[in-house]
Amino acid sequence: MLEEPTIQRVLAAAASRGADFAEIFAEEKRSSSALLDDGRIEELTSGRDRGAGIRVVVGESTGFAHTSDLSEAGLIAAAETAASAARGSGTGTTIVDLDRVNAPRPNLVRIMPGDVPKAKKVELLLMANEMARAEGAAITQVSARYADSHRRILVANTDGTLGTDEQVKTLFSISAVASGDTGMQTGRESIGRSVGFELFDTYEVGDLARTAAQRAITKLAARPAPSGEMTVVIGPGGGGVMFHEACGHGLEADLVGKGASVFAGRLGEQVASSLVTLVDDGTMGGEWGCFAIDDEGRPAQRNVLIQDGILVDYMWDGLRARAEGRASSGNGRRQSYQHLPMVRMTNTYLLGGTSTPDQILSDTESGVYISHLGGGQVNTATGDFVFGMTEAYLIEGGRITEPLREGNLIGNGPGVLTSIDAVGNDFAMGGPGTCGKDGQGVPVGDGVPTLRVASGLTIGGTAA
Amino acid sequence: MTATVSTPQSGHSEDLLALAASVLDQAAGEEQVEVLLSRATSTTVKVYEGQVESLTSADSSGAGIRVIRDGRLGFAHCGSLDPAVLVETLREARDNLEFAEPDEWNGLAAPDGVEVVAQNGWSDSVVAFPVERKIALALELEQRVLAADSRITGIRSTAYGDAWGESVILSTAGIQAVDRGASCSISTQPLARVGEETQTGFGYDSGRVPELLDLDHATVEAVDRATRLLGAVKPPSARMTILLEPRLAISLMGIVSGMLSGESVLKGRSPFGERLGEQIASALLSLTDDPTRSESIGAEEVDGEGLACRSNLLISDGVLQGFLQDSYSGRRSGSASTGSAVRGTRSLPGVGAQLLVMQPGTRSFEQLVSSIDLGLYVNSLSGMHSGVNSISGDFSVGADGLMIRNGSLAEPVRELTLASTLQRLLLDISEVGGDFEWLRGGDGACSLVIQDVSLSGA
Repeated sequence: MLEEPTIQRVLAAAASRGADFAEIFAEEKRSSSALLDDGRIEELTSGRDRGAGIRVVVGESTGFAHTSDLSEAGLIAAAETAASAARGSGTGTTIVDLDRVNAPRPNLVRIMPGDVPKAKKVELLLMANEMARAEGAAITQVSARYADSHRRILVANTDGTLGTDEQVKTLFSISAVASGDTGMQTGRESIGRSVGFELFDTYEVGDLARTAAQRAITKLAARPAPSGEMTVVIGPGGGGVMFHEACGHGLEADLVGKGASVFAGRLGEQVASSLVTLVDDGTMGGEWGCFAIDDEGRPAQRNVLIQDGILVDYMWDGLRARAEGRASSGNGRRQSYQHLPMVRMTNTYLLGGTSTPDQILSDTESGVYISHLGGGQVNTATGDFVFGMTEAYLIEGGRITEPLREGNLIGNGPGVLTSIDAVGNDFAMGGPGTCGKDGQGVPVGDGVPTLRVASGLTIGGTAA
Repeated sequence: MTATVSTPQSGHSEDLLALAASVLDQAAGEEQVEVLLSRATSTTVKVYEGQVESLTSADSSGAGIRVIRDGRLGFAHCGSLDPAVLVETLREARDNLEFAEPDEWNGLAAPDGVEVVAQNGWSDSVVAFPVERKIALALELEQRVLAADSRITGIRSTAYGDAWGESVILSTAGIQAVDRGASCSISTQPLARVGEETQTGFGYDSGRVPELLDLDHATVEAVDRATRLLGAVKPPSARMTILLEPRLAISLMGIVSGMLSGESVLKGRSPFGERLGEQIASALLSLTDDPTRSESIGAEEVDGEGLACRSNLLISDGVLQGFLQDSYSGRRSGSASTGSAVRGTRSLPGVGAQLLVMQPGTRSFEQLVSSIDLGLYVNSLSGMHSGVNSISGDFSVGADGLMIRNGSLAEPVRELTLASTLQRLLLDISEVGGDFEWLRGGDGACSLVIQDVSLSGA
């Protein structure tokens, strides 16, 4: 994207008023999507963005400017704006020797989505529509979306880092509406991986369509969810959303450093049941939150956050790590060149345990079984978090019985983590997620085996 | 980079219009083309512990191009106003069109004779406000919040932000619209701590004159929100009355307005689709979408397709009066656009409310509280995206707040959920407050009292 001599001159301009750190982040992104709705291919969209963000750090202050002009003159103008925003008061004649970061690509992309004819993408949507509607006359509406993106980044900084990465993602999602005497219900399913069009060699859109349609149909007969605290069993896969909210955000070093996390000051302490080992892992090939380097040029890492219930470490970006005199954990990410990086999760998951899912269920006299979760939200300072259940059932006498309508669950992170009393041996990754923080969205993955939270979760239903 | 880009002046956006016209010149034959171009300049100053934490100075621009031919629609967008990139983007939109299926109702918005109600969205004082004073404002807010209450032990972030920009829409159907605006805001997120317990608050103000931003308001709001929940416990489950202040009442109205989108109705996704003229809410509720209200900072002249914004009555005395339409849904439903297309450069227009206005009742907030024997005054709602389904109407959200006992605010509570259905919530409104205010986000709202909501707790 940029030549080394250009990079050096831009970094020199960024550091010209004196800087502890200066950085160029250049990005080129192509995206395409196709939408089917109401039985018809409604729209195809393509997008292209390119630009660079320049960051200059002086003491505790960061100056930041971005531009869509990647010419040397454009970059130098941005560098000067960033330098002036950082309000450095010295002079600098920094010439940095750049060392290329050698970070392994987490996986190879076999079929670049840009090389695939649009007609093939459209075909997938039509097929999904047909399969979802074939599930029954109760299915009254279907929408489906195909999307891919190809993002190239380059990061160079005055520490001598020079890294590049190429991130390809492909996504397919489908939503169905079922109508009956009780009104309308919805079902959704999605698959997204950091791979190319070969995604569809592994996943059949027909399966996704059937799952989404069945979710909607099942809920037509669902009863209102119960109200109050109950034992909750979460099925394998998407239940990772719960950990993302219950403790993931609370383990981000920027929030911890400002006292805005219930997990601040608790390193080395037992913060969860001893069955809990929680990992954040940007190296997981093909997963939605993987990459070779993060958006600060740091190679992806596998970081154990909680080991057997003991809090081992927080997640770090370059700025927070620098202040603590330690290394970044490869969690510095940003939505685009128009944003400053901050501490973000990658793929966050709970390691599998020894129980079989059948044992866990049959051991549960009464409660709620959640097989598909929606999004969630957390107040990291109090630890209170919510997450949605989009497919859930009652557990009665150790068996899954009636389907329940949608709702949120609420709990407090530390309380819920210590109440996990069973972890299954059926680990699976969940669907693709977008994590929002301070107005920036980044792709994240998560996964869990079947697990049980004995107490501490309140079901937000209406039934007594 | 303010130094490298021309600052929009308060005249016309001639260069953007000329650029858009140069794209339209390339329209071929029967092709209909619509070009949306925009550019904006923004500054964000974040301060922390008496120092500038970050200062972001940004220019951004973008374009979205819609092409329709033989009933087929193609779209492409880019983050640039480079003429060569625009040519490429037009080409991509055309290429995309080849793969979409024809729809007889596809088409661009055409001028409909509705006059634009002039708004004054521009502000020279935002553009002229010097960086040093932006920093000083943020630092002063941080200091005031820290000094306001000994239980405030820190602030996650305090910020000043501003932005100004312009956009133009030009189309082969005869649309030519220019939209320009500037605004500024301050915000703060304090942490209140007693013993091991931490609570958070949020304070905000926005406007078009930086000097008039109300630091006192933001401070009082932020500190009050952070401290009033200290000592909160999880309450027992019960069904009770809830009191939503204007800010939260409007977020509920926002969800309802989404259910009144003509597009949702056409596609069978609105539970209110067949209920025009029927009682869907308490007779106390009247709701209008009216972007022409100049008193609001959210007022707009034109919608996302360049049609004049207008007042649309949605619910009157609880009776459903109409749906919001863009040009597509208007045409297909046999009505017309209500000037309710919303969009950015990166997306096609969709139907949405732009400036919701509730009709006030008579009693003050204090009178509302004093009329409730047992209830919850809600402080915040969470999980609105994960537990509210506007198709089924299922409604379940996390919440915290203060109990109301015998007509007075009582102990703080947290870690609870509130559940009902959207259909029931509307019918269960038992009072609309007389405490109308223009919210800092633009909407005009009053408090709502809603009966018989399921509170789940311990």
